[in-house]
Amino acid sequence: MLTPLVCKMEVEAARLAAAALPGQFLIVRATENGERIPLTISDYDKAAGTVTIVTQQIGASTKEICAMEEGDAFADVVGPLGVPSDFTEMSEEELAGRRYIFIAGGVGTAPVYPQVKWLHERGVAVDVIVGAKTADLVIFKKEMESVCDNLYICTDDGSEGFKGLVTAMLEKLVLEEGRQYTQAVAIGPMIMMKFAVLTAKKLELPIIVSLNTLMVDGTGMCGACRVTVAGKTRFACVEGPEFDGYEVDFDEAMRRQGMYRTHEQEADHKCKIGRGK
Amino acid sequence: MANKIARVPAREQEPKVRAANFEEVCYGYNESEAVLEASRCLNCRNPRCVGACPVSVKIPGFIARVAAGDFAGAASVIAEDSSLPAVCGRVCPQETQCEGSCILGVKGEPVAIGKLERFVADWTRENGGAAPAKAEPNGHKVAIVGSGPAGLACASDLAKLGYEVTVFEALHRPGGVLEYGIPEFRLPKDKVVAAEIDQVKALGVKIETNVVVGRTVTIDSLLDDEGFEAVFVGSGAGLPKFMGIPGENLNGVFSANEFLTRNNLMKAYREDYMTPIHAGDKVVVVGGGNVAMDAARTALRLGADTTIVYRRTEKELPARLEEVHHAKEEGIDFAMLTNPVEVLGDEKGWVRAVRCIRMELGEPDESGRRSPVPVPGSEFEIEADTVIMSLGTSPNPLIARTTKGLETNRRGCIMADESGVTARRGIFAGGDAVTGAATVILAMGAGRKAASAIHEYISGKNREQ
Repeated sequence: MLTPLVCKMEVEAARLAAAALPGQFLIVRATENGERIPLTISDYDKAAGTVTIVTQQIGASTKEICAMEEGDAFADVVGPLGVPSDFTEMSEEELAGRRYIFIAGGVGTAPVYPQVKWLHERGVAVDVIVGAKTADLVIFKKEMESVCDNLYICTDDGSEGFKGLVTAMLEKLVLEEGRQYTQAVAIGPMIMMKFAVLTAKKLELPIIVSLNTLMVDGTGMCGACRVTVAGKTRFACVEGPEFDGYEVDFDEAMRRQGMYRTHEQEADHKCKIGRGK
Repeated sequence: MANKIARVPAREQEPKVRAANFEEVCYGYNESEAVLEASRCLNCRNPRCVGACPVSVKIPGFIARVAAGDFAGAASVIAEDSSLPAVCGRVCPQETQCEGSCILGVKGEPVAIGKLERFVADWTRENGGAAPAKAEPNGHKVAIVGSGPAGLACASDLAKLGYEVTVFEALHRPGGVLEYGIPEFRLPKDKVVAAEIDQVKALGVKIETNVVVGRTVTIDSLLDDEGFEAVFVGSGAGLPKFMGIPGENLNGVFSANEFLTRNNLMKAYREDYMTPIHAGDKVVVVGGGNVAMDAARTALRLGADTTIVYRRTEKELPARLEEVHHAKEEGIDFAMLTNPVEVLGDEKGWVRAVRCIRMELGEPDESGRRSPVPVPGSEFEIEADTVIMSLGTSPNPLIARTTKGLETNRRGCIMADESGVTARRGIFAGGDAVTGAATVILAMGAGRKAASAIHEYISGKNREQ
């Protein structure tokens, strides 16, 4: 357990580990009667054939995942899914002049790590802002420190690092300290990504976001993950999860994300009735 | 001499009872009913039914054995050509295929070929029919993408020829549309689908679930790194279409694929599964195909008042007559000549109604069907808290995008000839991935044709060496 509600585990999945790239995700089912839960890939070891996943306990299914112990097996693990981050397709020349700033919120810090690591290994300058409610909830601090140029921790209560929001930190870095970035990437709660985009727009900084939408199959079959990007409906599972932040309709995305919230919270006592009944 | 009696009806669950459960609608024949129905077959010298069957089951041959009470013998006749008889006996559109060309149908009712096939398959399963014999391995490996009807049919034929066949399935259970698409009340999952897939496995076919070809592996990595000599792509048509009207992304609007997958594959209707589903109180299903009927009848069973909205008239409904009949019996409303123009939401972003416009039939279009045209000023609202879009599906672009040299047409279908040969040597394709959404049996037919093309290709390649 990384925090009381966030757990990290390594999963044996050789084919998946061999194919995984930064930006991709996977889907697990803890038990035979469980839901298919999309989780981001927070690290992978191709030689060992393992992937690392980080899960935040939110409802019944994620609770089931976090309750698993070493040696247990998932009923199913499938992936990698989604399109890898666009920089994985770039040539060394294209990468050379780039300077990245990552904005990670809460459990979103985990999927930021393999991206930062990938860029760092190729000599690209990377700074990272990590936001959490309090110092206890900051995850991946050590791992992140070892692969980025500068790590800035922000907590709501000031118990570690900068007291305030990640967006304030971003503004401070760019406007006060004169940092120059060519690309921002935000991964975290929808609301954080929405405001990170607004700040980035103000700073005229291009920004990519990774959308954690509802999904069932994760292969483009159900459309539960549909989001409006640049006025068009896109499927986050196969066309994302990363999109140009300027173009995402976050209000719609947040509303759709909550579609089964009553079910999810009440699933503990097996509630299957419709909304408002 | 054929028995000149009326077609033996198959027993069904009472509409009122079945509207509230997910048990199978039709009970099928018992032994005496099957023997009696089989006795109606004229055993034509030139059986038109065989030619009308996409996999050419020797229909009069198996029916003669049923009539003689030799059910095991009937099963082996079917097994020569079909690997999924219990499935086909339930979901094939017999009325336009075998039964549609039955001579008895000219003046009266055709032989109930589908119900007889189903009886033979069910009887064999329940009475422990002989496990199929494994063929002598021929030392060649073939990979199959997708464990739906096309893939399973292709896999069975190749395994019978001695090939080492591995089927890769993206989802966590094999079966493709049989598993995620067709509901339990039409096609029981454990009793029928899993049991028939076990028969395919008994031939020596390996099925690897949770492998997304195009992501976990690619077709090229299967060919280059994993030692497969040929690949058959039977990945189906899984990409749902939406209408592109305002309000379609409101909460409570689903694709039929999502709604059915949650309920079929993920078993949302069962208390012991964690899957959430939103059926609401008033459901509008948009579309008129079999999938629309399935979605509507599922919503009804989950307790919702359900209306099917279709822009043409009942006569043009693409769904099978039997499905429309069953849906009506169960109490589903049909709003024909009606087309949604907007989904309306409440202040929280959930569906509250569908705004529709009345249609009338105009001039026939290229397909010969009279095309529906809106009646100006006829907009009205249908109250709803759930809208299910069932407008058809197209092939998933993942495989075409990740396989160089594989050509697709403008509808996203993989280009392949009659026997499944594609633009890439060693890659074959068939079923919905090639034709766009069609039927289980057409996909099986394509899988079988591709199997023989693959056999020819691999045999030829090895003769060259």
